[in-house]
Amino acid sequence: MSPARAVWLVARRELRTRLRARSFLIGTAVSIAVLVAFVLMQGTLFGAERATRVGLVGQATAVAGSLTEEALARGLEVRVSTVRDPAAGESAITDGDLDALVTGTPAALHVVVDESLDENLRRALNTLVQREVLRAQLASVEELDPDQVLATVADATVDVRSLRAPDPSHEQRLALALVIVALLYLSLLLYGTLVAQGVVEEKSSRVVEILLATVRPWELLAGKVIGLGLVGLAQLVVVGGAGVALAVFAGVLTIPSVAVGTLLWGLLWYLLGYLFYASVFAAAGSLVSRQEETQSVLLPVTSVLVLAFVLSFGLLTRAPNASATAVLSVLPPFAPILTPGRMALSAATGWQVVIAIVLTLASVVVLAWLSGRIYAGAVLRTGARLRLREVLRRH
Amino acid sequence: MPWEGAGFVLEVDGITKRYGDVLACDRVSFTVAPGEVFGFVGANGAGKTTALRIALGVLSADAGAVRWAGAPVDHAARRRFGYLPEERGLYPRMRVLEHLVYLAELHGFDVTRADGDAERWLSRLGLREHRDTEVQRLSLGNQQRVQLAAALVHDPGLLLLDEPFSGLDPVAVDLLSAVLRERAGAGVPVVFSSHQLDLVERLCDRVGIIQSGRLVACGTVAELRSGMGSTLLVEAPAAASGWADGLPGVTVLGVHNGQTRLRLAAGVDDQPVLAAALATGPVRGFTHQRPSLAELYREVVGDGA
Ligand SMILES: Nc1ncnc2c1ncn2[C@@H]1O[C@H](COP(=O)(O)OP(=O)(O)OP(=O)(O)O)[C@@H](O)[C@H]1O
Ligand SMILES: [Mg+2]
Repeated sequence: MSPARAVWLVARRELRTRLRARSFLIGTAVSIAVLVAFVLMQGTLFGAERATRVGLVGQATAVAGSLTEEALARGLEVRVSTVRDPAAGESAITDGDLDALVTGTPAALHVVVDESLDENLRRALNTLVQREVLRAQLASVEELDPDQVLATVADATVDVRSLRAPDPSHEQRLALALVIVALLYLSLLLYGTLVAQGVVEEKSSRVVEILLATVRPWELLAGKVIGLGLVGLAQLVVVGGAGVALAVFAGVLTIPSVAVGTLLWGLLWYLLGYLFYASVFAAAGSLVSRQEETQSVLLPVTSVLVLAFVLSFGLLTRAPNASATAVLSVLPPFAPILTPGRMALSAATGWQVVIAIVLTLASVVVLAWLSGRIYAGAVLRTGARLRLREVLRRH
Repeated sequence: MPWEGAGFVLEVDGITKRYGDVLACDRVSFTVAPGEVFGFVGANGAGKTTALRIALGVLSADAGAVRWAGAPVDHAARRRFGYLPEERGLYPRMRVLEHLVYLAELHGFDVTRADGDAERWLSRLGLREHRDTEVQRLSLGNQQRVQLAAALVHDPGLLLLDEPFSGLDPVAVDLLSAVLRERAGAGVPVVFSSHQLDLVERLCDRVGIIQSGRLVACGTVAELRSGMGSTLLVEAPAAASGWADGLPGVTVLGVHNGQTRLRLAAGVDDQPVLAAALATGPVRGFTHQRPSLAELYREVVGDGA
């Protein structure tokens, strides 16, 4: 019998067992329900208020107090800070540490924003500028021409420069990014854990001993990983597809092509991330012989996944374009969750995506090899929890 | 495949396995010919399981070799083995028939043949009514029957069974005995370990006794007996206790209802014993008994383990 057939037989058993289990159907239904609730609540969720951070440079620092007051009068909470120079301010905007940078003199303010300027902040700034201009006019002109003065004042508005073209669909893209991040996190966590539990189940029930009399350890491991991975893929397709369809149908989503693209990239990243994490989960699982010990041996792996999820969520909402975000997004433990999120926001450049894929694939190759070794060395040794070093030394 | 089917010799050649200070197997060698049933006996912890797992190849030996059909056992050869592990190993939540079909397919059967053979073994082992039950819902003895079916379902060319009779009811014991003899009859070498010595004696062509990792005796029960003298049952009602003490080559095993059981060392003449018995008065019985495997085992292994 060819190795491919052995792997397929093992994978097929996993597929049958899981797809038939009631927990799979319930899990899928619950995921769809949660996704729908999220989509419907989306508007209120992302409209959530937070202080707008404005950086002031040079003479513009003089408007700090009045800007806060004017903005507050328009219902906008502003937190001002002083920035060393315009360049530092612009990079702070890119990194998501500032929402707007105000430079120039009080009578000729310039604003730099990432994409678009908050309307209330614009009006507040305009008021400040106009007040300054008015004061200057009143002071300089001896024979006052009221019409002339009013016209000049009306012309005086804040000068706005955007670092990037404003994107009217930003809110929707952000929602898509967060949904795909959450879906990928849950899928990787769930199916990675199932791989580990499956490995432990075969060890604790000792069925592995009769299995390994006929299939090679790597065939058994590969079959299990592939089988469970396909189950997870199927679930992601169903949940993601239902989510997109419902959101378009409900009129919440007006950019279906972006949504479908995000989902497809999400599926690719699920596969990459799953191979990465499942390798680690399988190796960790093979070190213990009892289900009760599984959680503790998996803790380091699940922690990394949780970290990747929390970081992605925060970075995508606040600073998807920051250079730190870009660096994190190509590192293999974070890439499968962060990069598809950035792609949904079209914050990732083509090169960053290519580097992320190459690095993740390379680490998958290394991890799969290492995991196969650990698994083969550990899977027949039941009893006390094994140490990584003794497993690797013995083989 | 050169070894499709049965008819090949299993050679275990000097396998040694050390666990820290414990020598679980110490240069254990034996061969099992096609059609032969080989029984493996020994105290708890003597090394039976270790030797069987090495023979199967799920455990690697520190030294020594295992050959089948004249070649070292490799993956393709192992696929033709039927193995019953000491501790039961099945997926607890899989249904019985489905489980057996899966194992048969892993051994290279196509689904039709896997299904047919699984059904056949289920009815043969009295499990037909449980074919769609989850393994974990079966009684322990029935789980053991499933485990046996799992070792047999792919028509193996060699059987390695670690304590196959444990947990079986008398009917199942007879059933399994018949199956093992039948498989041997088909040219399959059969190796099994057991603590039920009467069963081993009844069923096996040859027996290996293992003690502290070493094979201390190996051969047919008759061969083991030949080096071991015999048991003598003397009925001399008038004899005082201690009448046989001091006779050369004779050990008193016990006195019961006026019958004295004596162990006669190999090559010792029984006539001086008869003379001594007659000297005490009338002798109503004087019988040679062939020692049972249990007696041989105690003889070989001694009183300590
Ligand atoms: N994984 C292991 N680690 C350490 N020692 C072991 C291990 N497996 C077996 N041993 C030791 O090897 C010796 C032989 O064990 P084995 O299981 O082969 O005995 P056995 O003859 O099958 O006994 P039983 O009749 O109780 O099944 C024992 O002393 C046992 O403690
Ligand atoms: Mg044993």
